[in-house]
Amino acid sequence: MRILSTGILWACLFCMITPALAQSELDLLRAELTQMRAEYEARITQLEKRLKTFENKSVAAKQTAPPAAETDPWQAAGDSGRPGTGNKPSFNPDIGVIFQGQAWNYDNDPDHYVIPGFPLGGEAGPLPEGLSLGEIEIDISANVDDKFTAWLTVPIVIEDGETVVEVEEAWIETLALPAGLSLRVGRYFSNIGYLNDKHSHAWDFVDQPLSYQAFLGNQYIDDGAQLRWLAPTDMYLELGGEINRGDRYPSAGAGSSGYGSYTLHARSGGDIGFSHSWQAGLSYLQSDAIERVSGGEDEALLFTGQSELMIAELVWKWAPNGNNKQRNLKLQAEYLWRNEVGTYRLPDGRQLPYDSDQQGWYVQAVFQPIPRWRLGLRYDRLSSDEPGDAFRDTSLSPAANDPWRYSLMADWSNSEFSRLRLQYTNDQAGQEDDKQWGLQYIFSIGAHGAHSF
Amino acid sequence: MKNIILVTALLFFPLLSKADLRVFACEPEWAALADELGTDRVKTSSATNALQDPHYIQARPSLIAKVRRADLVICSGAQLEIGWLPMLLSKANNPKVMPGRPGFLETALLVNRLDIASNTDRSQGDVHPQGNPHIQTNPHNILLVAGIMTERMIQLDADNAATYQQGFDSFRKRWSAAIINWQERASVLRGRKVIAHHKSWIYLEAWLGLEEVATLEPVPGVPPSAGHLGNLIQNYAHNGVVDYIIRAPFQSKKPSMWLSERTGIPAVMLPLTVGGSDKASDLFSLFDDILDRLLSAEQQ
Repeated sequence: MRILSTGILWACLFCMITPALAQSELDLLRAELTQMRAEYEARITQLEKRLKTFENKSVAAKQTAPPAAETDPWQAAGDSGRPGTGNKPSFNPDIGVIFQGQAWNYDNDPDHYVIPGFPLGGEAGPLPEGLSLGEIEIDISANVDDKFTAWLTVPIVIEDGETVVEVEEAWIETLALPAGLSLRVGRYFSNIGYLNDKHSHAWDFVDQPLSYQAFLGNQYIDDGAQLRWLAPTDMYLELGGEINRGDRYPSAGAGSSGYGSYTLHARSGGDIGFSHSWQAGLSYLQSDAIERVSGGEDEALLFTGQSELMIAELVWKWAPNGNNKQRNLKLQAEYLWRNEVGTYRLPDGRQLPYDSDQQGWYVQAVFQPIPRWRLGLRYDRLSSDEPGDAFRDTSLSPAANDPWRYSLMADWSNSEFSRLRLQYTNDQAGQEDDKQWGLQYIFSIGAHGAHSF
Repeated sequence: MKNIILVTALLFFPLLSKADLRVFACEPEWAALADELGTDRVKTSSATNALQDPHYIQARPSLIAKVRRADLVICSGAQLEIGWLPMLLSKANNPKVMPGRPGFLETALLVNRLDIASNTDRSQGDVHPQGNPHIQTNPHNILLVAGIMTERMIQLDADNAATYQQGFDSFRKRWSAAIINWQERASVLRGRKVIAHHKSWIYLEAWLGLEEVATLEPVPGVPPSAGHLGNLIQNYAHNGVVDYIIRAPFQSKKPSMWLSERTGIPAVMLPLTVGGSDKASDLFSLFDDILDRLLSAEQQ
């Protein structure tokens, strides 16, 4: 009874307050409107004056000397064209944090996961079994000045129970080079392939395709200098290359006096009507490897020699009228071809000459039928030459059947900043068939950079 | 052989086109305005069309190629394009149109913005801390932007200063007359109450004296949910308080039709920009059509 009467009392109070509120809001709006009108009239008059003087000035300037481009009349007038400032101060630099974690299940022990013929290196390999924390990605970025911009990605990762802070990316890029050029220096994801420079939070599946795991150790990151040139054409055409230190898988040991790897890439793309767009590219990586480690810790293999990798990529995106928010489809395929020539030192101490070709490819489709929900399907496969009798019974000897697997994915995003994902993978790549499945979360707070195509 | 070289050269290097100023607009309204002011002296293109939600397009290769060659990039700004414009600018390697340069113009920063959020907590949805960026639905804003845009065009392409000045004078005359006409026609709409799909219309509402009582999205950027729509029914069914449910052409019509059927409030699709309806072929017919659609729903 008491609750009821209190409720009624509150309700009455609200009845009294609400109309008053509405009335005062309406008055406020009216006042705002009147003020807007007055301001607007004043600004139009002011503008007209400025236009006249500006026109006179520009005509005069043309007749005399070249105009002094350094003074920006907009700044003087108090209109800042710089985004991020507006009328409100914003924090410099931009900081964002991305949280990832998962619960992952296997039929077999993931600690003993090997793909015969493809000893894994770098960061490649299965996720930990059971509940685990993924990478905590901290992104910090800002323009240095009018000519340079800077980006830092520092993931915090848990490796074998130890918390490790890594420098994943730390680069400076030019903003004002002429002729469509830009230069990036520092540590970065190499610009080869389609997936190589995507952060893990932007992947469409929990893990990288087998080919990226086998040939790039998940992703090729290195220290170096990257030059890109964009052609001044109606058709998108980007050419670029990198010179890298060569200290990260698939290179190792910073060969050639610390200039151990280089890359080249060409990429083009366009639209077909309003609903379709595509991008295709070719890239090449050549790297020195000096005592490069791959395979498990107990069975480590050391490779010294030269590694060449060619990647062909194709991405096709569809959205009705190009309106991505409602419905869209993304088709993606890459083909990777690798040739390695050199010497392998096996765990038993033998040194064997090695010259072998390996290929890998994947195709995947991700479909968003309604806002928030996406469904994905991926098939990936590897194949390898037989490196020779000497390698029989070593982890460099491929299995009789090509390794392959398929994955199914469904994810739900409440907003651009949150995502929950369910994935099932049927893996026929390891020594035994393995059904893997689990849940993943990705959450982002703070500044979040725009995603590339 | 000579022909092949010539054809290839023409395909890749159509640099000798007649236009003197390449304008890349993020939204169709700014492309249309640039055409009004620059007539045949400008070559305009728009990153989005009226059937696309400008928050959510992809940073497509074709757009990067256009920004690469642009002299002037005009966008609504205030973070409307934050999901793709920074990527276009960073990939396009064109210093002329970098933020802070004369070749980059953010129109929302030129007008009196509404809804400047004092709280940028994302539990309130994807709020724009610099205010609501959909400024084009108030024609007064368009005229303000026209003035600044003309100044920029003159600054970047002084050879055609007279053309741009004439373009502005002519536009201003016709636009001011049109505003008076629209305001007269819309006077009966003053005080009408609306439910909007997204907060896309607050400048139109401020201009015409409409009052927005709710949105179909529970918070900005989050799609309408069954629970939220259920609440709207409870609050607004058959009590005659709300006059329209409005949405833009790229927003799903399902939520507004669903609510309309259950509440009897007419659902109205309004073009948010040029090209949003068959009639809205330029800036003038855009506002003609917005008013036509509101007034004809009024008569029902």
